[in-house]
Amino acid sequence: MADIILETQGLTKHYGGVHALNDANFKLEKGEHVAIMGDNGAGKSTFVRQITGVEQRTSGKVIFDGQEVNFAGPLDAREAGIETVFQTLALADALDVPDNLFLGREKTKWDWLGPFKFLDYKAMRADTLAALEKTGVKIPNIRNTIQNMSGGQRQCVAIARTASFHSKLTIMDEPTAALGVQETSQVENIIRTLKDQGEPLILVSHNMRQVMDLVDRIVVFRRGRIVANLRKEETDGQDIVAYITGAKTGAEFEGAA
Amino acid sequence: MSETSHGIGGLTYDRKKRSLPGEVNIFFALILIVAVFEVLGQVLPYMNGQSFLFDTQDRFDTIFNEARLRIIILQVSIIGIIALGVTQVIISGGIDLSSGPLVGATAMIVMSFAQTELVNGNPNPKAVFGEWAFDLPVLIPVVVGLLFGAMIGAINGSLIAYTRIPPFIATLGMFLICRGIAQAWTRGQPVSFPTEGFAALGKGMMPVFWFLGIAVLMHVIMRYTLHGKHTYAIGSNEDAARMSGINVNRHKVRVYMIASMLAAFAAIVLSSKNLTAQSGMGIFYELYAIAMAVIGGVSLTGGRGSIPGTVLGAMVFGVIQSGFTYIKLDAFYQLMAMGAIIIAAVVLDKVRQERAASRS
Repeated sequence: MADIILETQGLTKHYGGVHALNDANFKLEKGEHVAIMGDNGAGKSTFVRQITGVEQRTSGKVIFDGQEVNFAGPLDAREAGIETVFQTLALADALDVPDNLFLGREKTKWDWLGPFKFLDYKAMRADTLAALEKTGVKIPNIRNTIQNMSGGQRQCVAIARTASFHSKLTIMDEPTAALGVQETSQVENIIRTLKDQGEPLILVSHNMRQVMDLVDRIVVFRRGRIVANLRKEETDGQDIVAYITGAKTGAEFEGAA
Repeated sequence: MSETSHGIGGLTYDRKKRSLPGEVNIFFALILIVAVFEVLGQVLPYMNGQSFLFDTQDRFDTIFNEARLRIIILQVSIIGIIALGVTQVIISGGIDLSSGPLVGATAMIVMSFAQTELVNGNPNPKAVFGEWAFDLPVLIPVVVGLLFGAMIGAINGSLIAYTRIPPFIATLGMFLICRGIAQAWTRGQPVSFPTEGFAALGKGMMPVFWFLGIAVLMHVIMRYTLHGKHTYAIGSNEDAARMSGINVNRHKVRVYMIASMLAAFAAIVLSSKNLTAQSGMGIFYELYAIAMAVIGGVSLTGGRGSIPGTVLGAMVFGVIQSGFTYIKLDAFYQLMAMGAIIIAAVVLDKVRQERAASRS
């Protein structure tokens, strides 16, 4: 059996009386790309928020890289090696591309100056270009501030940022929801690059074509529960839709929904 | 989602759309304002053709009216030092209203440690403390002043960072507290007669030297160091900064501490220049400092602006003030005009940003 990078056992989240997520048992192998699908309100984003520490789970276990973890916040998760591209972009508009890629982990020199240590702009620019090349992102001028960029370029920067730091797990929550056709294909190219580099990924998406194109396995959520766990080769779009809408429920999940 | 919803449709980039740095615009505005006053001097009947900028009476070696230029920069230097600190506060997304009263309080405290024993052979009539506080080395009042500033800044910053109250409210409270300290210190009595060493700090053109020196230092900090980068990041998107692992709270405390220490230093220079400290010192300074930063292109919404911009903003401020005096505008009208200019600067900033947003 391959190594498991992430496992959840009985992960549950209640918002007051609303059971947003119930008893989710999920496994992700190293190097595997998994899509999470489901209708609006099915619990996809809730699931992601429990893993990344944005919210605190009601009950259940999260095991990351062989250890049970309790992240106090997204920062803890990031330090442990989980990189997340959120629906709302975490970019600083007034800064340029290298500044954003290295935000919070700047390359510096003269470190004895403490908080006033100098930034190594040259090294950060070089690394930025390398990172963009590696992920295939095309940005005409990396010195441009983020506010002057299109939605797709911003998303590419956000993803390149994630991809350029060797994280143990990448999570993308609807990375192409607001993008045009060209921009979407650029983001998808980055995801393929991640796959080639053997970096595991959880992709939350509504886009059936994208999912069938990119991932190895599809996990379907419905009404706060996991209702299907399908290998891509053993399923098709219609099948998945049946699970999403509730027309079908996976054999091992009988009685779950 | 709204951040990503505009600007869809391919990768386009037009080099021509890149505008010059904002500081260039302010520089042109400065030249324009000087030109306007020059023309007014020629046109207004009661001015008798006086020149604003040039030396028409051959009093100086250069063609410029050196005396006026000197007064302009000397006038703005002390408030300018405050503006340098306020610049980074505003860039971080905050505001500091306490700097003016802090100047008053710091001046009173500092002067009490800078007094000389004998004035023209007689005992100092304004002595605050006993004999031990006379003729102390100049370093002591300076350090006391900076420590007081650091303390006020730390309180401001901690309140804003840890209790999450709006910076406007926190520093407004500190505004009153500091003015209270200034008045309570000697029950309203002025403190005077500093040592020669202390008086040297603000003598002649020294305020200009301090202003420009600190401006260079602050520019390096804002442009080339981690502190500067994180200040811009926090002002631009505080959540993103926090998610990126920047200790936002600690950073804010540092930003307000630097601002208050610079305001305290301005108080040291001012009281040294005036050879006296009064509890009413620094009235309106907080607003003028904010105005200089805003005129200089520092955006009140945070994330944008620069130290060179603020220095130019201070020059614009000084030229306008000097120009009003030159065309013999009454002081009351000067205040009104200054208010109008500050409002205009903020409106301009808003227009500029909306244009930037629609361009992408």
